[in-house]
Amino acid sequence: MNNRLPLRARVAIYGLICLLAIPFVFPTWWMVTSSFKPVSDIFAFPPSLIPTELSFSAYRRVFELQPFAQQYLNSAYIAAVVTVGTLAVSSLAGYAFARIRFRGQHALFLVVLVGLLIPSEVTIVPLFQMFNSVGMIDTHWPLILVPTLGAPSVLATFIMRQFFITLPGELEEAARVDGLGRLATFWRIALPLARPALGAVAIFTFLHSWNLYLEPIVFLSTPEKFTLPQALTQFVDAYGGPMWDVQLSAASMTALPVLVVFVIAQRQFIEGLAHTGLKG
Amino acid sequence: MPVLTDNVAGRAEPRPAPGGTAASPRRGWWTSRRRDQLAGLLFVTPQLVGAALFVLLPLGLVVWYSLHEWNVLADTFDFVGTDNYRELVDDPKLPGVLRSTLFFSVGLVVFNLALALLLAVLLNQRLRGTVVFRTLFFSPVVVSLVAWTIVWGFLLQDNGGVNGVAGAVGLDGPNWLRGEWTALLSVIVVQVVKNVGLNMVLFLAALQGVPAELYEAARVEGASRWTQFRRITVPLISPTILLTSIITVVGALQVFAQIAVLTQGGPGTSTTVLVYYLYQQAFQFHQFGYGSTLSVLLFLIVLTLTVVQWRMRRKWVFHEQ
Repeated sequence: MNNRLPLRARVAIYGLICLLAIPFVFPTWWMVTSSFKPVSDIFAFPPSLIPTELSFSAYRRVFELQPFAQQYLNSAYIAAVVTVGTLAVSSLAGYAFARIRFRGQHALFLVVLVGLLIPSEVTIVPLFQMFNSVGMIDTHWPLILVPTLGAPSVLATFIMRQFFITLPGELEEAARVDGLGRLATFWRIALPLARPALGAVAIFTFLHSWNLYLEPIVFLSTPEKFTLPQALTQFVDAYGGPMWDVQLSAASMTALPVLVVFVIAQRQFIEGLAHTGLKG
Repeated sequence: MPVLTDNVAGRAEPRPAPGGTAASPRRGWWTSRRRDQLAGLLFVTPQLVGAALFVLLPLGLVVWYSLHEWNVLADTFDFVGTDNYRELVDDPKLPGVLRSTLFFSVGLVVFNLALALLLAVLLNQRLRGTVVFRTLFFSPVVVSLVAWTIVWGFLLQDNGGVNGVAGAVGLDGPNWLRGEWTALLSVIVVQVVKNVGLNMVLFLAALQGVPAELYEAARVEGASRWTQFRRITVPLISPTILLTSIITVVGALQVFAQIAVLTQGGPGTSTTVLVYYLYQQAFQFHQFGYGSTLSVLLFLIVLTLTVVQWRMRRKWVFHEQ
């Protein structure tokens, strides 16, 4: 729309946007500020938007009540392994489905499409039983293997294939002239071009693993092995009531690092997601 | 030689040149076609083995389990045929669960898509600062799900922030998580605010692809902004509307953590959606057989909805391709 909006309309739109932004911004703000408030002030009204006195006692108790540093490490390393693994598995498969002609391609790609239709919640009972029968319950293996190879990576493979299909064919012809094999073509030519798609897949995969909740509570039972989402819900008092100040401190520590990375790299984040295979 | 169509093989691959040119060396049996056959299979092997082991095999197993009476604690595993499916029909809790699932999913999808479209249209105006607001609206997507839910649980307490704000403007807010309808509404709002940024971004990209000349022409014809929106914007972004609605519907049926943290399915079964009920039966009541039957039901619902939506695309998605 080329004409500039009249002033009144602009003010109205800004007003509406600001009003709508409240539920998006306020919870995070309140989470962080409340985590520094003494517990008596948390439910005070009217709420102070900035804590009047800084209290770090809730942060200390997070680490006293649970092996929180260990749990943090668990979540971080699982998410990192799953992200790298998914990138490898899905870019290889996506490339082959998009650019290589081989017998059985259609039938095998159908398997991928079927995988897209099956939410992982549907298979949680048999997965539990399968991992149980090989003694992998209460280990991190299910949280690594299933996302890297199962339904989530199938989605990633689909996205990568949609991306590789759009690359011009001359690139591979040039690679062939240079005598590059398939693997070298993939590694040196296709993969560098796929950076936006790889970025989007990496972000999605990381967030998916970082947020996983059903799987950890089904597969893990030892606090030292818990992941963050699971740990966050364990800060309860003797009556099972939540210890709000401690929960909010732990939640802040879980949310803030990712949020900071996002704010710094928001353009790549958002545009990467909007302009890759997700557009369909 | 397999007959391949372009949409799967990619439009790129030229056939290997016949004969021993430098571009495609033919070393007897080891032709570049054979090499491609091997490379293709090797490249897809990890994904296919994974999909077979962690998607297809469990899907088969869940159907098999659903034909068994299987209590993990009592260690019983007996073939009972379709008994579990009969139990499904007679389960007094199931109508409530399905009603909650329906209300939750429909509410979530409608609210999510409407808000996403509204935000995208607002941010697509030529105004300063829209990038900042885009970042703000998107930011909950990257906040840890359970952390986000815990904060909202805190805000929705009877004496929490939401009622504090309501009280400040003279309203007496309910105890949100304790009332049947308010609990359902709360879970929907928490989930929509968390994830609407994704759909907003997809809509924004689609809106930016609508040619400005169309609006220009419509204005010359004297069309109002609302008419422009209905007659130009909506048809042109309909492929994105279809895509986002499929993603959102399937996503709505998978919501678990928010409910487990905020309401544990209550009060009553007002927020017990199918996934949560499945979890309760299998992992709290140790009924793996009946839990599997519920899994099969969930799968059939997801499958049906996806197929129906995909079929509907011809009807209302403007200019396929």
